[in-house]
Amino acid sequence: MTDSKYFTTTKKGEIFELKAELNSDKKEKKKEAVKKVIASMTVGKDVSALFPDVVNCMQTDNLELKKLVYLYLMNYAKSQPDMAIMAVNTFVKDCEDPNPLIRALAVRTMGCIRVDKITEYLCEPLRKCLKDEDPYVRKTAAVCVAKLHDINAQLVEDQGFLDTLKDLISDSNPMVVANAVAALSEIAESHPNSNLLDLNPQTINKLLTALNECTEWGQIFILDCLANYMPRDDRESQSICERVTPRLSHANSAVVLSAVKVLMKFMEMLPKDLDYYGTLLKKLAPPLVTLLSAEPELQYVALRNINLIVQKRPEILKHEMKVFFVKYNDPIYVKLEKLDIMIRLASQANIAQVLAELKEYATEVDVDFVRKAVRAIGRCAIKVEQSAERCVSTLLDLIQTKVNYVVQEAIVVIKDIFRKYPNKYESVIATLCENLDSLDEPEARAAMIWIVGEYAERIDNADELLESFLEGFHDESTQVQLQLLTAIVKLFLKKPTETQELVQQVLSLATQDSDNPDLRDRGYIYWRLLSTDPVAAKEVVLAEKPLISEETDLIEPTLLEELICHIGTLASVYHKPPSAFVEGSRGVQHKRIPARAGSGESAESSDVGQSGPSEAPPAVIPSQGDLLGDLLNLDLAPPTATVPSVQPSMQMGAMDLLGGGLDSLMGDDSDTLGGDIGGSPSMGAGLGAAPAAMPASLGAAPAVGGGLGDLFDLGGGVGMPTGSYVAPKTVWLLAMKGKGLEISGTFARRGGIIQMDLTLTNKAMSVMTDFAIQFNRNSFGLAPAGPLQVLTPLSPNQTIDVSLPLSTSGPVMKMEPLNNLQVAVKNNIDVFYFSCQYPLSLLFVEDGKMDRQVFLATWKDIPNENEAHFQIKDIHLNSDVASNKLQGSNIFTIAKRTVEGQDMLYQSVKLTNGIWVLAEMRIQTGNPNYTLSIRCRAPEVCQFVYLCYELVLKN
Amino acid sequence: MIGGLFIYNHKGEVLISRVYRDDIGRNAVDAFRVNVIHARQQVRSPVTNIARTSFFHIKRSNIWLAAVTKQNVNAAMVFEFLYKMCDVMTAYFGKISEENIKNNFVLIYELLDEILDFGYPQNSETGALKTFITQQGIKGQHQTKEEQSQITSQVTGQIGWRREGIKYRRNELFLDVLESVNLLMSPQGQVLSAHVSGRVVMKSYLSGMPECKFGMNDKIVIDKQGKGGTTDDPGKSELGGSGKQSIAIDDCTFHQCVRLSKFDSERSISFIPPDGEYELMRYRTTKDIILPFRVIPLVREVGRTKLEVKVVIKSNFKPSLLAQKIEVRIPTPLNTSGVQVICMKGKAKYKASENAIVWKIKRMAGMKESQISAEIELLPTNDKKKWARPPISMNFEVPFAPSGLKVRYLKVFESKLNYSDHDVIKWVRYIGRSGIYETRC
Repeated sequence: MTDSKYFTTTKKGEIFELKAELNSDKKEKKKEAVKKVIASMTVGKDVSALFPDVVNCMQTDNLELKKLVYLYLMNYAKSQPDMAIMAVNTFVKDCEDPNPLIRALAVRTMGCIRVDKITEYLCEPLRKCLKDEDPYVRKTAAVCVAKLHDINAQLVEDQGFLDTLKDLISDSNPMVVANAVAALSEIAESHPNSNLLDLNPQTINKLLTALNECTEWGQIFILDCLANYMPRDDRESQSICERVTPRLSHANSAVVLSAVKVLMKFMEMLPKDLDYYGTLLKKLAPPLVTLLSAEPELQYVALRNINLIVQKRPEILKHEMKVFFVKYNDPIYVKLEKLDIMIRLASQANIAQVLAELKEYATEVDVDFVRKAVRAIGRCAIKVEQSAERCVSTLLDLIQTKVNYVVQEAIVVIKDIFRKYPNKYESVIATLCENLDSLDEPEARAAMIWIVGEYAERIDNADELLESFLEGFHDESTQVQLQLLTAIVKLFLKKPTETQELVQQVLSLATQDSDNPDLRDRGYIYWRLLSTDPVAAKEVVLAEKPLISEETDLIEPTLLEELICHIGTLASVYHKPPSAFVEGSRGVQHKRIPARAGSGESAESSDVGQSGPSEAPPAVIPSQGDLLGDLLNLDLAPPTATVPSVQPSMQMGAMDLLGGGLDSLMGDDSDTLGGDIGGSPSMGAGLGAAPAAMPASLGAAPAVGGGLGDLFDLGGGVGMPTGSYVAPKTVWLLAMKGKGLEISGTFARRGGIIQMDLTLTNKAMSVMTDFAIQFNRNSFGLAPAGPLQVLTPLSPNQTIDVSLPLSTSGPVMKMEPLNNLQVAVKNNIDVFYFSCQYPLSLLFVEDGKMDRQVFLATWKDIPNENEAHFQIKDIHLNSDVASNKLQGSNIFTIAKRTVEGQDMLYQSVKLTNGIWVLAEMRIQTGNPNYTLSIRCRAPEVCQFVYLCYELVLKN
Repeated sequence: MIGGLFIYNHKGEVLISRVYRDDIGRNAVDAFRVNVIHARQQVRSPVTNIARTSFFHIKRSNIWLAAVTKQNVNAAMVFEFLYKMCDVMTAYFGKISEENIKNNFVLIYELLDEILDFGYPQNSETGALKTFITQQGIKGQHQTKEEQSQITSQVTGQIGWRREGIKYRRNELFLDVLESVNLLMSPQGQVLSAHVSGRVVMKSYLSGMPECKFGMNDKIVIDKQGKGGTTDDPGKSELGGSGKQSIAIDDCTFHQCVRLSKFDSERSISFIPPDGEYELMRYRTTKDIILPFRVIPLVREVGRTKLEVKVVIKSNFKPSLLAQKIEVRIPTPLNTSGVQVICMKGKAKYKASENAIVWKIKRMAGMKESQISAEIELLPTNDKKKWARPPISMNFEVPFAPSGLKVRYLKVFESKLNYSDHDVIKWVRYIGRSGIYETRC
């Protein structure tokens, strides 16, 4: 019997015919008809018109037919909710069937029908099936709870299914446990603040036992769940690791990767001097290598993950270089990933082998791969100094091949090598210049121009070469234009006599004919520098460049940590946090690696804030950052469009040009002033270069700095603080739930002391005494600083107001949401629990005014991804009043500047646990909507800081 | 979790579409077709993100299987599942082809309903599935209660891969040690990388629920026993070439029937096997590999229009053993116009469509040598790009394990039925094949 014939019916009147067949008396004919319907459905035809006829076939004892009808139902029930009801009866009946396969089938299908009316009827059968004697039914019912939760979360909670699901974790059947874990994990993900997956040593033990017994898929569910657990100490961590390591020998790669995830995460807690730590490191390498003999798609997933693992713990795979050698028949996606890892593992010990391989790859066919291979050779040169010479000669060989894209790629990397090892390999410049004509990609052209400019004094015809580029100036990309501008200025400073005309030409092209602000601004700066003080210009433009970093394109550490927690998942394949590609609340929770033992208490607080601003690497902003820091406050008009006179008065000129020019310097790290190459993200050095280039001009033009000094301090210290805003009290504990005790309250910060203001009302019939209060661990360690002072007994209908001072020295645990506080109040009757949320402004300390320079450094140092943007709507305050108001809540305005009618306020906030929050608020006159940009090392607080802004400004 | 699963033919027409999650709409089916199947360039990644929806795909002959999701799923699991799905389908109806899929679409839907619930993979062992999902409609109507609960307990149980009550008159088992030896050698004869990936495949026809214990010459185990004092007589060797007693295994993975915690603690391999054929373990070794053949290439460019190629192969194993199905593939440039070959042994042919000279030898004993020489004439071209010179590759089959692995024992215990380890008939066979066995020239 073949079923393919069902795919071929395309004649007219088909639906009508099918209808007749569906209503046929003959069983066989009915079944045939339903098959045809399913086939049409698969191909995408609309067969919903047959709904009643198909559902009529449901009442049958033929299981195959029944399954087909169910399949149809799942597809169309949503579009025909009223008729879907017709099916309910059969479902309910099937849930009572003596055959467990049928019971399970019914409950499985019912959960897939997303119609409210049906869901209502689902509850009773589901409850029974969750307690069914047959494990097959129970494991199906467990997943069904997750389905139901997806349709109607409230219903699941009200019906108490979550508790039943939790009980299933202790089920005797391993597959039931695995499915219950999967369902609970999924529900917990969309319910971040619930304590659903309340993992404690007992449940962990149960999971680890089930791990040995369940199917490969179940093992994955359990391992993924385990990875979310935070062991209490290193001993627990080690014992879990010991029980997880056997999984590394599983034939299923996903089991292996999930086990690796658990181990990578928990390892972090083990002391490094522990013998077991070393053993574990050794155990991780072989299974990772084995993953590379899996099918290519899995190899790809494995390689993307190994890329992360190598960045986090290079020691694991440092001896395994050879396994990443590219095979001729590998798919291109595997080749590219292997190449990436090869470079990461390259070291002095293996560099000879690596280079030989890379040279081989550079002759392959795939353009992307060849380019990457060439680039890799350059990266090796920068990473392993001993190999630089060999790399350069390899690159020269490649340039001789004259293959266009190889040549271009080689030139780009040679530029990097020049920067890393100045005055060492310049002998090759001549060879490079021969290939000038073949360069057609912006990056390669820019690199070549940089080389010509940088070594202008050694290239006899540098002026001719640069002039040739200048002809088509406007057709070049910005990257090339900027580079050309800088290179010609360099040339002029080196050989002023012959190139005056050239420099005039490029300056006027950049400033007059271009509408690119970066280019124009850089042009103006050079122009003014050259015309006012050529000596200073020389010191600025030809300043010594900072060294470029060895390791390039590393993933930013906090992101890396998060991705390690997501090993094996899509996030680890994309190298992006889940929030970047998942919609809704799912997966937006940021995961963190637990801290190493021994750091004790602080381990948990570092959970929230990785580091304070004080830890900003000092190298990024040198002491002269002063000047830049101050420039941020400049309140100057943008440069005028008129042609600048060649000799303007110095003071004015400087201001004019700095006002517009440096702004871009602050915002974008790929543009640097000092004349090094822009648009080369792989260098990772642009950011450091900007400030380093500035100091030279400071000494030469003191008037600039001095003149600007007076303009600061606009925003700070205006008016008196108005005191922080206190929200009205809300009811936290209903009398109903508190056996007559009603509690309402709010939080306030008064004179640096955090207070919880409570109103206790006795709505019961008896007297209440012996009040006490306790907090659960929370994100910022809030804890009562003293006992709850209710001295007199609280008689019926009496109300009492109490103020409880709070400290922030309590135990810390990250909550969801962050500002959630779980409170227990005890009296002579019972203990009551409630949770409330406090405004984050409670935690804004009085000394939260950051130094301007530090602010600037910190702002830049916090990665862009950590910046969050918000709109505060409907505020009718001018900037001074607003900043005054905010100051009352310890949000300090450090600087203010006005650009084109827009006020920009720069503000800082410090939390009790030392986390700094930096903000920029834009206020446009006449526009009631403020734009707020917040940067913080702990990005999860941004949202809450924003809420405080809104609260304060609106009240 | 997996939100939907689609199967397409080579034209991008949907053959099977099953949606598990509400967030996956019908448009996802088309998105994949347009962006991946009909895309102009070569596939650059097996994972594609289109409009915040992620597609995982694999290809079997010209059939595309795609899993879709909007969540941060376990990517490794999704691919493992897709492979498993292929295994299950193959076990049910043979080759995965458009025709077979169309012929069995009802069955496939039924399987998809069973092995994937709300996107969570469930038991997908064919042995268990076949007890209640069959091609002749579903059993179940006429099953007894006992039969039903036996099915469910097998599907969900600890030993999901084997059912109770299996009986054979003759208890027999076959062990195949199948190795593929991989090599990448430089033109100068330096080993750039070499490894053996091996599999132990077992066919078991055993009654009851037998408890098995498998032993091999794993260095770690032998060394541990060596300390105990008993050593087998050294130097005794049944294999070609090597006289070593134990081998260092870099890593191994096991079928889910093997008790991993026991392997981790005692390094002993114990299990209750599935009935019939399955893969007991995979392993990988890199040390002391016996490379059965050495290829020595010599390529000389004579002017712009002629190449001279000479390739010598040497067999490197015991003279009493015979290698079979030997094939050497020598790539030729794209602008080859004619080839003359002379070989001492076997047959050699220039295959223009494959751009290679293929030299085949049926059999070759150990410690022998053979050579081929060829003159390749080239058309003059003005293509500046040099010929990439792909490596010379080789295929062969030898009757020993290039890793040196030896099966020491496979003991069978079945306490409930009255047969003992001695009554079981056991067969062991070693086959070494070439994996990617390449020499650069």
